[in-house]
Formats: sequence, structure tokens, C-alpha cells
Amino acid sequence: MLVHSRGARWAVWTVFAVLFLPLFALPLLVILGASLATHWSGVLPSGATVAHYRAATRGEALQALTTSLLTALGASLLALTVGTWAALAAAGLRKRYRSIMDALFVLPVAVPSVVVGLSVLVAFSQPPLLLNGTRWIVILAHTVLVTAFAHQSVSAAITRLDPAYEQAAASLGARPAHVLWRVRLPLLLPSLTAAAGLCFALSMGELSATMMLYPPDWTPLPVLVYAATDRGALFTGSAVAVVLMAATLLVLFAVSRVRTRASYR
Amino acid sequence: MGIRLDSVTVAYDGNVDTLALDSLDLTVEPGEVMALLGPSGSGKTTALRAVAGFVRPVSGRVLLGGRDVTDLPPYRRGIGMVVQSYALFPHLRVDENVAFGLRARKTARSEIRQRVAEALEMTGMAAYARRHPRELSGGQQQRVAIARALAIRPDVLLLDEPLSALDARLRSGMLAELARLHRELPDVSMLYVTHDQVEALTLADRIAVMDKARLQSCGTPRELYRSPADAFTASFVGGANLVPVTVGTGGVSFAGAELKVGTNGVAAGARATLCVRPHLVGLGQGPNQLAGVVREIQWRGATHRLYVEVDGHTVMADVRELKAPPVHGDPVTLHFMPDDAVLLPAEVSHG
Repeated sequence: MLVHSRGARWAVWTVFAVLFLPLFALPLLVILGASLATHWSGVLPSGATVAHYRAATRGEALQALTTSLLTALGASLLALTVGTWAALAAAGLRKRYRSIMDALFVLPVAVPSVVVGLSVLVAFSQPPLLLNGTRWIVILAHTVLVTAFAHQSVSAAITRLDPAYEQAAASLGARPAHVLWRVRLPLLLPSLTAAAGLCFALSMGELSATMMLYPPDWTPLPVLVYAATDRGALFTGSAVAVVLMAATLLVLFAVSRVRTRASYR
Repeated sequence: MGIRLDSVTVAYDGNVDTLALDSLDLTVEPGEVMALLGPSGSGKTTALRAVAGFVRPVSGRVLLGGRDVTDLPPYRRGIGMVVQSYALFPHLRVDENVAFGLRARKTARSEIRQRVAEALEMTGMAAYARRHPRELSGGQQQRVAIARALAIRPDVLLLDEPLSALDARLRSGMLAELARLHRELPDVSMLYVTHDQVEALTLADRIAVMDKARLQSCGTPRELYRSPADAFTASFVGGANLVPVTVGTGGVSFAGAELKVGTNGVAAGARATLCVRPHLVGLGQGPNQLAGVVREIQWRGATHRLYVEVDGHTVMADVRELKAPPVHGDPVTLHFMPDDAVLLPAEVSHG
């Protein structure tokens, strides 16, 4: 928004602060405060301690963090592969079939994730594909849930891609596979990394489908946060939540570094 | 290697009502530069894309060096192509861009290095080999695009409005470069798509004029300029005065004046279009006089262009810069030499 006068600019910033701080920033700060406290009976938390963090970074919690990171990594890589493949394949289709493909891939996000969790549970609880009770069912459910976002952002990037590049490559004698690996995928790389980051973040926070599926030896971090707060350990839960947040942001930051190096124009 | 288009018809999205190209017959001899000249939407780029293999004709054949390539995909046609937007791969350095076609063809590594150096040398871009395309100016990017197309040593080079994105000064420089490249590579046939008649007249051995998905006429620049066969060609190649006349014996009548021009055996009494180039129209007394009134006068530095209304028709005259130019509304007399006029069949006037 273009605001020219000094007074108007101040007004805009004030409105922004009034809306943004209580809605977005304060809740996160409250968690941070709670994670460092032993009591919270007044306006501000009291009894500063780092004991919750000691608990949140070892043993069960550390195990859950690794579980979450591995699940998110696996799910986002799988989703990226499947979503990109589908988007590339759909790009060669007629418009009508392409919109059918788009609708199919959006389905898992259009349906409540509890439903997706239940359907995955029912589908893979009996042979021939018995995945219930293994970590694979969690990774699979996450993949199903986040593939939509990978597919959508990659197919948007493909439509923006200037066909002149592929045509130039083809006229130089490059076969379609060569064009894909040497021209199209490198040009799509910025969108691919953005999609990967999005999928990773979504998978790190997924709770509702996970709750129905996770086996005892594969407990992701959000489940631990939920369990802690459920049994009334609010401050420990907050510390675990802060760890979850920090880990996610750290990975997203790393991914965004890759992206800035990969964008050419 | 020659190019032959054998009644090639192209319809986009299977829509046969609006053809993008209507049974085009065109032959480019080996080593020849053929310009496809026409306004936008005339089908000239479609013709080039049919040769490259990016559009599939609904009927007709495309032959390269006598080989029917109509069913071959673009990557098996061995064609070099340069487009208006350059389409340099932004993630590759200049030398990697130039090497792209050679790598795709699995050329030996030592040969790639040598051919890349050669192509960059030829286009004067050797000093920029390690840069990325975004670090180059438009003219430099176009040179790299040409180097990339030449590195695979194509027998046919397709150029799709290669200079349209450059400014006027750079364009005339690149035009000279392209002419030099053609002299250095006399065996390469070039198909050059442009809407700019100066580029076509400067560079081409022959020009194919296109309009409304059809070939209007084809000939050497001199033929098309001196004796165009139809009104569209006359007005598109070089600009022309086109006025409707009635043919008499040994001349034509226009606006009540008898003009002496070669009638070339056209029967007396027929309707026809008279074509005279503006720079061949003189001001003042002379043969084939026309009296009119100045409607508009433009000073173009070295010349003045007069728009003179003669009996309801506008006649343009380009004359050497006048010391005392006539003003709007002045009566003037124009003339032209009988040899400088061409009689065209009567048709809808584009002038």
C-alpha cells in the first residue's frame, strides 16, 4: 500500500500493530513465557526456570523430535516427488483432464484431516498392505495430506514457465528427458524448494490424523505437546511446543537459503 | 541444406475455420537467406514453427535437404533456432549455454570445448564465457543465443524476429553482424521471420511476403521493391502510393489527368491500381503532373514528406529537405517519371 503523508503512515503502522501483536505475536510470546516459568497466577509468569527445556530436549521428547523431523522429511520428499511428477504429467494434458487432475490432488485438503486419517487407518489395517502399527502409516498419511500443496505450487510454476526454454533446448537436439533434467527442473527449483518448505512445515504440525495412526514407537512432537497439556503439564507442554516451533523455523530458514541461491532472475 | 514447405496447412487446436497457415509452398535453396515478411498474425512465425517442428501441419509436408521431416520431433531435425526473447537458460553460464546442444548430442568433451570457443569467437562473445545471461545486455544475450544455435553446426538456421527486442542503433549493428555471419557460413540456409521491411531488404536473398495466413508474393528484394505484383506487397515492402486508375492506350487516366506509364498489355478501359514509391514523386513541373492541395507536411530531417490530396486521394511525396516548404492548404504540383510507376491489378487498396 502506498501511503504518502507522515500521519497516515503512523496510523497504518498503529492499526497493523494493534491487529498483528495480539493476534499473531502475543500468543507465541505467551508460550515462550510459560515455557520458562514454574507458576503463572498473576499477570506475568513467575519462577523462572529452564528445567522444562531440560526435559523437552532429552529422552522421550528428543525421541519425538527426531520422529517428527524424519516424518516431515520423508513426507515432504515423497509429496514433492509425487506432486511434481503429477504436475509435469498434467502439463501435457488437455485442459479438461488437467482440471480433473487438479481436483483429485486437492481432495485430501478439501476433506477434514480426521477423515483422511480414518480412511488411511481403515484402508491399511488389513492385508495385503498391513501398515497399521508401523511408522509408515504416519508418513503415508502425512504424504497424502501435504501432496496437494506440492502439486499446486509446482503446477502453478509450470504454467508460468516460458515454453521458449524447452523449445530452444529441443531445437538444440535435447531429448525430452534431457530437457526435463537440464532445463525444466533447474528452472522450477525455486518453486520446488518453496513447496518442500511448505510441506515440511505442515507435516511438522500435523496432529489430527496423526492421533489416530501413530504407533507407540513413533510418536511425533505435536502428539507429545497434546499429551502434556492434556495431563495438565502446561509449562512442559509449552517448552516442547517452543522446541517444535524452533526446529521447524530452523529447517525453513535453511530451505529458504537454498532457494535464494537457486533463483536466477 | 535446403528447406521445402509443400502446401503446409496449420490449424491451431484443430480449428479448421481459422487457419494459421493456408497451404504454404515455399522453397529455400541451400545457403540462401529467405525472409518471411508480414504483419503480426500473418502466419510467418507459424511457418517457422512448422519447420522447427513445434507445430504439426494438418496437411502438407516439410522437407529438409530432401528428407521428409514432417513426422520428426524438433530434437531430431538438426536445426539452429534464435528467438526474439533469446531464451538463454538463466541457470547456465554463457559457455554452458553454448555447449548445451553439444552436450545433448553427447559430443566428445574436447570437441565441445573447441566448438564453444569457436562459436563465441565468431559472435565476439569470447570475453563473456564465464558470465550468466542476466549479467549481459540485450544485444550480448542475442549474440550468445546465435552462438548457441551455431555451435551445433546446423545446416538450417531459423531466426524468429531476432532483433525486435533491441533498440534501433543496436539493431543495425546486429544486422551487419548477421550479414557477416552469413558470408562466413555460406552453406547455412536461413529462414528469417520479421515484420521489419528494412531487415528483410538488407539481409535476404529472397523475401516471401505473407498476409492473412497466405503467401502473397515471393521474390528478390529488388523485384518486390521495383515491380511488386500486388498492392499488399507494394505497400508492405517499402511503402507506396496506390491510386485507382483507368487504363487507356499508352497510359492511364487518374483524376482527369492523362498519365504516361507502361500499360504492359493491359486492355484499354480496364480498372487498375497505379503504384508509385513516395521518394520517386517530385515537387513542381515535370512529366506526369498531378495538381493537389497539401494536407499534411512532416519534416524528417533529410527529407520532407508531403501528403497531397489529389481528387480525394492522398498521394505521398518524399522530397529533399525544402528551404521554403509549402504549408497546409497550399496548392502544389507533383510529378513522376513514367518508368517509376508500376501498374497493378485493381483490388482493395491498402494505401
